[in-house]
This record gives sequence, C-alpha cells and structure tokens, in this order.
Amino acid sequence: MLYDILIAPFADFGFMRRALVASLALAVGGSSIGVFLILRRMSLMGDALAHALLPGAAMGFLIGGLSLPAMSLGGFLAGVATALLSGIIARFSSMREDASFAAAYLTAMALGVLIVSLRGSAVDLMNILFGAILAVDDTALLLVLSTTTITLVGLAAIYRPLVVECFNPGFLAAMGVRGSVYHYLFLSLAVLNMVAGFQALGTLMALGLILLPAVASSFWAREVWSMTLIAAPMAFASAAVGLLVSFHAGLPSGPVIVLFASLFFLVSLLFGSRASVRARLARPVHLRG
Amino acid sequence: MNAALRLTDLTVSYDRHPAVHHVSAEIPAAEMTAIVGPNGAGKSTLLKALLGLAPRIEGRIECTAKRIAYLPQQAEIDRSFPISVLDTVLLGRWSRFGGFGAAKSADLHDAQHAIEAVGLSGFERRPIDTLSVGQFQRVLFARLLLQDADLVLLDEPFAAIDSKTVADLMAVIRRWQQEKRTVVAVLHDLDQVRRDFPNALLLARELVDVGPTARVLSSENLLRARAMAEAWDEHADACEAPMRLSA
Repeated sequence: MLYDILIAPFADFGFMRRALVASLALAVGGSSIGVFLILRRMSLMGDALAHALLPGAAMGFLIGGLSLPAMSLGGFLAGVATALLSGIIARFSSMREDASFAAAYLTAMALGVLIVSLRGSAVDLMNILFGAILAVDDTALLLVLSTTTITLVGLAAIYRPLVVECFNPGFLAAMGVRGSVYHYLFLSLAVLNMVAGFQALGTLMALGLILLPAVASSFWAREVWSMTLIAAPMAFASAAVGLLVSFHAGLPSGPVIVLFASLFFLVSLLFGSRASVRARLARPVHLRG
Repeated sequence: MNAALRLTDLTVSYDRHPAVHHVSAEIPAAEMTAIVGPNGAGKSTLLKALLGLAPRIEGRIECTAKRIAYLPQQAEIDRSFPISVLDTVLLGRWSRFGGFGAAKSADLHDAQHAIEAVGLSGFERRPIDTLSVGQFQRVLFARLLLQDADLVLLDEPFAAIDSKTVADLMAVIRRWQQEKRTVVAVLHDLDQVRRDFPNALLLARELVDVGPTARVLSSENLLRARAMAEAWDEHADACEAPMRLSA
C-alpha cells in the first residue's frame, strides 16, 4: 500500500525518476541562491530577472525549435544582459535599481511572448511559461546537475566577500575589495539557476523552489550557513511530495510543487522559532534578573 | 608638527555639488582630533574621501598611515543580517585572511580578547539582531581593535548611545591614543569634544578653523560656521577658483 503510493511511481516510470533527480539538484543549488537573494533584499528583483529570461529563451526557440540547449543559452544570455543593463541604468541615472529592473522585465516579457507567438503554438508558449518537469530528458538532467555543481562550487568560492557585501558593503570597500564584482558573479549564478529551473517550472515559477524554501528557512535559522542547510531539504521535500501528489491526482506538477513549497513557508511563518507568529504571540517569559 | 594627514585644497562633490570645498588642513599624528560642524557640512564625506570612497575628488590628500580602520554610521550596516558577534568582530582581520583564507587560532584568540575589552564577554554566539544599539557599537569597536590600524576614523561613534557605553568606548579610544595611534572622530556633542579631544577641525563645507580645540570652538567660529550653513545655495554658479578636473 505505502509502496504503491510512495515508491511505485518512481520505480515504474523513468520520467518520474528523472524528475526526482532533477528536483533534488534544483533544490540543493537553488535554495542557497534563494537565501542570498533574500539577504540582499532582492527577492522581487530575482522574480523580475526570471521573467527576463523569456525573450532569450524565445529567441532560442525561434532558431532551434523546442531544443533545450538553444533555449537555455538564450535564456542565460538574456538574464545576464538584463541584470547588467539594470545595474548600468541604475548607476548612470537617478533611477533606483528595482524600478529599472521592473522596466526591463516588463519589456522582456512582452518581447518574449511576441517572439514565441511568431512561430509557436499556444502549447509551446504554455511549456515555456509554466515548464514541464515530467518532460526532463537526459540533456536537461545534465544541464540541471552541472548548474548545481557550478552553483555550489561558485558560492563556496565567493561566500565570505558576498556575505560582507550584503551585510556591510562599506567595510568591504574600505578593505579595497570591489563588491560589485561579487554582486555580478552572484547574479550570474542566480540566472544560471533560473535557467535550470525554467525547464522544470517555467519562467513564471522558476523562482518558486529558489525563494519559498529560503524565506521559510529564515524563520528557523540564525546564520547564513544554517539557513541554506534548512532551505535545501525543504525545497527537495516540496518537490518530492509535489511530484507524488500531482502523479496520483493527475494534476500539473509545477504548480503543485510550488504550492507545497508555499505550505512550508506558511507553516514556518506560523510556527518557526524566530520572528514567527507563534514567537510573537507566545507569552513573554523573562528571567528573574 | 608631525602630520598623519595633510589635505591640500581638497574639494569633494556629489553630482557637481561640493560637499567639501577647498579645504586645506593638517591633522597631527598620534593625537585625537574631532571633526565638528553643522548638518550637511561634509564631515562624513571628508572621512569617506580619506578612505578613498568618495566619488569625485579634486586637490590632494597625503596620508602617512599604513593601515586605516573606519567606523561607519550604523545606518550603513544591515543590523538584521543573520551573523554572529564573533564573526562580525573577526572581519577586523580581513587584511590578514582576505576573502578566502582561514582564520587562525591566534585570530580567534585576539577576537575573544577584543570582545572582552569592549565588555561583551559571553555574547560571542549571539546574532547581531538581538543586540541594542549600544551593544552593537561595542561590537564594531571590537572589530576596530582587531584591525590594529595606525589611523582610526570614527563617524559619529556616539550617536544615540547611552552615557555608560560612551564612557567605556572613550576609554578604548584613549588607549588607542596612548598606543600612538591617530584618532579622527566626527562628533556632535561640543561639550564632549572640549572635554576629551585636544584638537578640532570645524567644517562648514569650507574650513572654518583647525587646531587646538579651545581656539577652534570659540563662539565667533561657531557663529561663523552657522552663518555659512545658512548661506548654502543649492543652485550656485560654477566655482571661480581654478578647477582641476580629475576623476
């Protein structure tokens, strides 16, 4: 009985196994990116960035058809270009970076939808916007696994400067370190993860597995490294449970996975050990003196 | 006089508006100097220029110090960031281990010592978002201690801090002076400057006076600084003095 519910779908179907491995990799790499997105107060900018992948992916689609490498490369280039452009616009005008991000991503979305509609059908558009984790093939799996490897090694390498850049950028500057280098290295890693996530969850929800577990973990952990250690299993659990539920109930897997991640967020918000609703409502206990 | 810092005709501007205008001054080595002046007088900008963080500088800064430590205003730090007291203090050794090296046990030992010296023993593992403003200022002072610099720049070290903490941190500053380090602090409390700082630099975008505190903080000088602050014109014409445009 339990075997039928929990194991059989993966034992019997290759696409379910591949989806599970892909979501494990996405969970491990993406959630640590998510933690830094939150700490840099960039969660909404990250979302804008994920949308901005669309015209690049669409160009890839226009040239190579529904080929993942072409669409991924296009998406990556578009994402990095958007990040750089908004950074440059913010530096050379009085526009704030979040506003320039919003302007860039709205332009990108419109452009992307237009390009896809030039050649593709509504089904193709749905695939690009919402992803198809059950259609992950070996190429896509390799892409996701390489992304995770690059992300973990990359984050480990720039960890300390990146943390100080978030926390006290002036100190880093006074030490003679160019913080913007680490900012853009981090943004490239973030775009890489969004590209990997977009095959599974689409450009609209690629950030679901990246951000939601990271936000949830901030209600439990007190340091950056422990936040990532808590976020990754939450992300993987949402993916695994989401896959099973969507399999048994015959629902689209992307939104179900993201909804389970939202559930983790909700539970953490209510019952987490710090700054949660429970912690706020708990009767204040103080020591004797 | 042995000068730690020599400014020659220094102008620092943001978006063509000068924040510091044609300032020439010398700041003595191994002594305590207070920078005072009305709001918007360019005090923080002057410190940033000394650190090389100001966007646009004309004129010259000569600095004999090898290592400079800097205390920013608290507003420039994300105090909700999840990081422990010990890690924050250890950052003071950045010049030794940089972005990638490991902290040695000597560094840890020194950090422990610095935390003790600012009266925060037992707080090592506490996340900084649980500290009061005063406690957090002690943490930043511990980080300064670890930087072991010969020039220490403090930007409003005592803003919104209770008198006990001020007294404790002043003791730390006096120890620096005894160790022949140069201390330059932006301060607002003139009584405190008169009491604790032998030298002062009065700034109102332009230099009003620099030298022994008793002379610099005379009532004529203070009146003059206030009059200059009231005369600031945001739509002034380009300055007549010879311009040397350099990035």
